[in-house]
Amino acid sequence: MTEPAIRTERLRKVYTTAPPKTGRGAPGIAPDASRGPADRRSGGEVVALESLDLQVESGEFFGLLGPNGAGKTTMIGICTTRVIPTSGTAIIEGADVLTQSTLVRQRIGVVPQRPNPDSSLNVRENLVFHAAYFGIPRSIANARARDLLAKLGIAEKTEAKVMQLSGGQQQRLMIARALIHEPRVIFLDEPTVGLDPQARLGLWTILRELHAQGRTIVMTTHYMEEADRLCDRVAVIDQGRLLAIDTPAALKARAPGGTMIDLMLDGGGDGIADAARAIAGVSSVQANGNTLRVYSERGGEVIAALVTIASEHGRQVRDIHLAPPSLETLFISLTGRQLT
Amino acid sequence: MTAAVTDNAQRATAGRIFFALFLRDINVARRELPYFLLRTTLQPLLFIVVFGLLLPRMGYMSEAYKAALLPGVLAVSLAFSSVQSVALPMVADFGWTREIEDRLLAPISIELIALEKIVSGVVQGLIAAIFVLPIARLIMGPIVGLTATHFALVIFIVLLGATAFSVLGLLMGSLVNPQQIGLMFSVIVAPMIFFGCAYYPWQNLSVFPAMKYAVLINPLVYVAEGMRGVLTPGMPHMDLRAVSAALIVIIAIFWTLGMRSFSKRAMG
Repeated sequence: MTEPAIRTERLRKVYTTAPPKTGRGAPGIAPDASRGPADRRSGGEVVALESLDLQVESGEFFGLLGPNGAGKTTMIGICTTRVIPTSGTAIIEGADVLTQSTLVRQRIGVVPQRPNPDSSLNVRENLVFHAAYFGIPRSIANARARDLLAKLGIAEKTEAKVMQLSGGQQQRLMIARALIHEPRVIFLDEPTVGLDPQARLGLWTILRELHAQGRTIVMTTHYMEEADRLCDRVAVIDQGRLLAIDTPAALKARAPGGTMIDLMLDGGGDGIADAARAIAGVSSVQANGNTLRVYSERGGEVIAALVTIASEHGRQVRDIHLAPPSLETLFISLTGRQLT
Repeated sequence: MTAAVTDNAQRATAGRIFFALFLRDINVARRELPYFLLRTTLQPLLFIVVFGLLLPRMGYMSEAYKAALLPGVLAVSLAFSSVQSVALPMVADFGWTREIEDRLLAPISIELIALEKIVSGVVQGLIAAIFVLPIARLIMGPIVGLTATHFALVIFIVLLGATAFSVLGLLMGSLVNPQQIGLMFSVIVAPMIFFGCAYYPWQNLSVFPAMKYAVLINPLVYVAEGMRGVLTPGMPHMDLRAVSAALIVIIAIFWTLGMRSFSKRAMG
């Protein structure tokens, strides 16, 4: 049995002051009073992670899925030695993040949420200097930089200033920087936020290649599709707690009652809920304001019956949203909230 | 598992990583040298033009004042290029760019990352002082009592002074928010210069005894007095042993406080 790439035990992080906001390249969670329940923030304390036990195997493509403020960035911050946990342990490639932090840093590559290239240096220098911080000689670093920039499709920007790069190009530079010292484990914090669809697909291809090379990849995301398409296993976290952990297929199988159908009505849906429950194939119904959420075991077949019942109750259907069993429907059933 | 994932064969030594960090800072400093020198030495040089050239020639100041002024102006250049070269990039780094992140990920202890900032600050302070000295001498003409005989002592005092102010830069750079940077210069730096015995020897403050003792909390006093002691020993100046001891204590205090706040800012 080989050592897991990442093992955390009872990992807990409490911020006594407001944690740094995500989206600024800083580890932390986004404080959002409208989300977490009151017990998460009492007396100026914010619990970002609550007793998190995780194990990521070597070579695994692992996804951390959760909404903003779930604790994903804090988790990455701790695993990359950039945030000190309040309690618990995290072992990366056999090294403890607290007592052997330099050893951990030697073995990991980090792609931050917001690109933070060294703007005093050009693209190539960003890579060559970063390599030098890991003791890699200039000649080797130059060759690796050339290869990486070519592979990432920004070879023509080698001597460009980093401020001349687009957001997507800067993100690719961050990936090259995370790879220049050939780390065993790569952490990516919401790497596709802010990328256009084409750049996002390009990044997916790159990540799949890295995975194929046998590297361990840990990626946070709040895009279900991304986790579903890329990851071997996904941990769903919310408000610092682990809600579920499994392969995307197994997680989807756990999503309740099959297809989720949201009917947007022109008035309250309360009166309709009971009648809707009586429809064959409907497993559960929730009325929430003008929205009627129906879980159907027969996919979209029940829609006609739902519309009929609505009009019998004097309600017009304004819009219908249909979601097949997915990580998203699972997430909603686990937390009662939308992911994004 | 493929070969690509094997561990780095060459586990870098801390010394090698430290040198790489230093090389990065020197490389960046070299590119910005003209702006750096303008920023840090123009003000002291203008002071020399007025107080070391115009006023003596007009007869408002005695020629002897030049000998008091030169070491002080060198101290100001040394001190404020050291403090600025450490503090300014750090304020931006911690305030919004987070560019320092790629260095904080280097497999080296955070104390060594901070220490590297200090060393590069010292080097930049030295460069500013070396730049100002000949120009000041040129503007002011011959300076009575200026000597280079205590060369080793000059180096010693210059290194201590630059270190003290680089460490102060670490403290300020990790404490001050970007919005407060203008305030930092007008509220901390400007009074430090004017009450730093740069433009008058400390002993002459006997005319205001309260001020004479109040200014002792100002680190610039010891750098300016030390520079007088080694460059123009004929001028009144503090005992060099007292100067050295004070600077060492200042370095120890600022390092302890600076390291604490640097770690706090560096670790989310």
